[in-house]
Amino acid sequence: MAKITELQVNGARCPIEADEATPLLVVLRDQLGLTGAKYGCGEGQCGACTVLLDSNPRHSCNTPVGKAAGHSITTIEGLAANGRLHPLQQAFLDSGAFQCAYCTSGMILTAAALLRVNPHPSEDEVRRFMNGNVCRCGTYPRIVEAILGAAETMAKNKS
Amino acid sequence: MSANLGPQFEIEFERYELSAGLPYHFEFGRREFLKVFGGGVAVVLIVPRAAAAQESGRRQRGFEESMPAEIGAWLHLSENGAVTVFTGKAEVGQNIRTSLTQAVAEELRAPLGSIQLVMADTEKTPFDMGTFGSRTTPQMNLQLRRVASACRDLVIALAAKGWNVDAKGLVAEDGEVRDPAGGKVLSYGELARGQALAKAVVAEDPLLPASAWTVAGKPLPKVNGEDFVTGRHIYTPDVKRPGMVYGKVLRPPSYGATLESLDTSAAAAPNVIVARDGDFVGVTAPSEPQAEQALAKLEAKWKTVPRPSSRELFQYLKANAETGGRGGEPFETGSVEEALKSAEARLEQTYTVAYIQHAPLEPRAAVAEWSGGKLTVWTGTQRPFGVRLELAEAFRIPEDRVRVIVPDTGAAYGGKHTGDAAIEAARLAKAAGQPVKLVWTREEEFTWAYFRPAGVIEVRGGARADGTLTAWEFHNYNSGPSAIRTPYEVPNQRIEFHPVKSPLRQGSYRALAATANHFARESSMDELAHALPHGGMDPLEFRLKNLKDERLRAVFQAAAEKFGWGKSQPAAGHGFGIAGGVEKNGYVATAAEVAIEDNNVRVVRVVTAFDCGAVINPDGLKNQIMGANIMGLGGALFEAIEFENGRVLNNRFSKYRVPRFRDVPAIEVVLLDRKDIPSAGAGETPIVGLAPAVGNAVFHASGTRLRSLPMVPNGLKA
Repeated sequence: MAKITELQVNGARCPIEADEATPLLVVLRDQLGLTGAKYGCGEGQCGACTVLLDSNPRHSCNTPVGKAAGHSITTIEGLAANGRLHPLQQAFLDSGAFQCAYCTSGMILTAAALLRVNPHPSEDEVRRFMNGNVCRCGTYPRIVEAILGAAETMAKNKS
Repeated sequence: MSANLGPQFEIEFERYELSAGLPYHFEFGRREFLKVFGGGVAVVLIVPRAAAAQESGRRQRGFEESMPAEIGAWLHLSENGAVTVFTGKAEVGQNIRTSLTQAVAEELRAPLGSIQLVMADTEKTPFDMGTFGSRTTPQMNLQLRRVASACRDLVIALAAKGWNVDAKGLVAEDGEVRDPAGGKVLSYGELARGQALAKAVVAEDPLLPASAWTVAGKPLPKVNGEDFVTGRHIYTPDVKRPGMVYGKVLRPPSYGATLESLDTSAAAAPNVIVARDGDFVGVTAPSEPQAEQALAKLEAKWKTVPRPSSRELFQYLKANAETGGRGGEPFETGSVEEALKSAEARLEQTYTVAYIQHAPLEPRAAVAEWSGGKLTVWTGTQRPFGVRLELAEAFRIPEDRVRVIVPDTGAAYGGKHTGDAAIEAARLAKAAGQPVKLVWTREEEFTWAYFRPAGVIEVRGGARADGTLTAWEFHNYNSGPSAIRTPYEVPNQRIEFHPVKSPLRQGSYRALAATANHFARESSMDELAHALPHGGMDPLEFRLKNLKDERLRAVFQAAAEKFGWGKSQPAAGHGFGIAGGVEKNGYVATAAEVAIEDNNVRVVRVVTAFDCGAVINPDGLKNQIMGANIMGLGGALFEAIEFENGRVLNNRFSKYRVPRFRDVPAIEVVLLDRKDIPSAGAGETPIVGLAPAVGNAVFHASGTRLRSLPMVPNGLKA
């Protein structure tokens, strides 16, 4: 089995050592100390492990690290730019869009992917896009509110 | 190893199930505090023995004797003005770190940012029975208010002494004491400087009435929220220790299986350790994938035993009801038989509820480290001190050699009372001679964690033609006695709980049996309303006619008003339902609108009115009520554990449906803020109204009465 020795994570080249079949989640958490991505189910059903691969949301729990090598990976730790929270992070804070917050990293990264392809989603579009992410505490209405709020902020920042 | 690793089939009744409280060995003294804190001002709250027993140990025989005067909480004001508060409660997403910080800020009159809570660390925080039963707000909130107000009085006294003025004329505000007459001002930090004060207070200081709250009572964002949106917060599965290795446990193929033989030879590899202790088998390896590979290579033979399956569950529960008083005395008044004979409307029905899983997104996990004969374990649990005791017993070491630390945890919902992962990690760490991290897989969660009990509930009711209830009989098999009594006025009643030896491991859950009992009661109240002569009675009118409790009437009326009950007819294929009740001093009423679409039930709109006394953090409270309703949707509509012969069949999220974004209805919350009534906890009770309100709405929409939870796991059958 081929060994993978480097990943591009949050804009930096990170040396690693893993079999290509090792889940990306395990490498991020245990080798690179990026524990913002969470294990929730191991089968891509809950979205807690979501990271961005070239700006697309991926379940890192069932993405082999071999498939991630050579792509640009963004984790929650790399979302804030220049010490400023991403508008989505700020919106989750403002809306109180979490309780235990174990799902929050995955929610924010999935939402970031949504807003990249659809900067002005309707409420229904948000629900559909986010449906693969589970919040067991049931803060869904606030998460929708936060995402719509962030979309507005980002639109304002652009204009 | 102790029996702690095996399945426990006893119901863990909320706060009743706990082992007797531990005598707390801390000897309060000024010297100890100064050693810990170096200087400043410390305030310790002493809870008298009787009060402590009453607060947290109801029905615990011999409990009072074993419980000395307890230290409930303590607070330290440092010489730079930083306030540290110590409480044994755990943050599991219910946001008590924020609501307790808010309470301290209010009483101490200090800025929120100057206050830090140290929670659920058995070496640093006072003993606590556990975070369950919605006790944090009525109990710990008051205790922290007491130490905070005592500290405020202390700094005022220090200022008065220093300035040689009467303390009565001084004002404490925003972390400062001011003398409006003399124009002097000193910060709390300046006042604490050079001090070495320690004061014990007994729970009797005057507290601010709710009507005078300025910080508490208002929305406050999660105090450490930024740590969560940036991924910085360290949950138990994120903890890393020097030299740490990863553990995995070999699970039996089914409940009750015992190990016949084990061949470990294929698993042998450098740095892989296999540990066996009775039926417990586990491995450790330098990485999680290596540990998984080693586990897969173990060749174990298990002896299985026949066990019940979910398709025969309800017959099993009825047939295996225990006698012998473990269910408590039945409640009986008047004669149900006589009253039923003369009733003009009657109901006799059976309701069932399935086992369901808490499925907290953070699975059970622990990191265990032995050092110098002392064991330290990080784990997500609602009972850090209970888990400390479990660990001490499992390894036959004194409790003071065990430290349990609970990082703010990825939810629990009543599912993290036990220390399974902690004991397993500690056993593996002992074998490996290195710290071990053990994170359960989702599949392990769905089989080896405990479940919300399944149950069968039989109801008989009778009423006069005018809608006056005359007879009420209610038998609950296995799911539990909480909220089993009816809040309605009925002269003839018989109410009984029948415990059963459960075929699956069962335990606490958000509101536990109150959900099942409310589902059965509030569905049958609806059925009775419709069964009344002359075309039945409006279900809300029927309830109010038989209800004297003013607080419950008020939430029913508030929910009905917001919902527009009786004001309009539902659209074609839609229906309205209402239900409510009382649990843990919280009063709730929920009205729901459903739509029947292609034989599926979609919940369109939910209105919940809630009264839990004085509201501390309305934003956090609304978040809890929304969350309870959404979590309740799962158990109401589609969540159920399917099992066969001791094996759970749907042990993954791909096979066990939980509520998602697209299941969520419009939810409106009405808070009845009763500033004149002490606050009750609110994380649990709001869940109980949802299922019966939805079931009643389905009947209204379709004429089909659904009497089993979940109601529509495979859609609405014609």
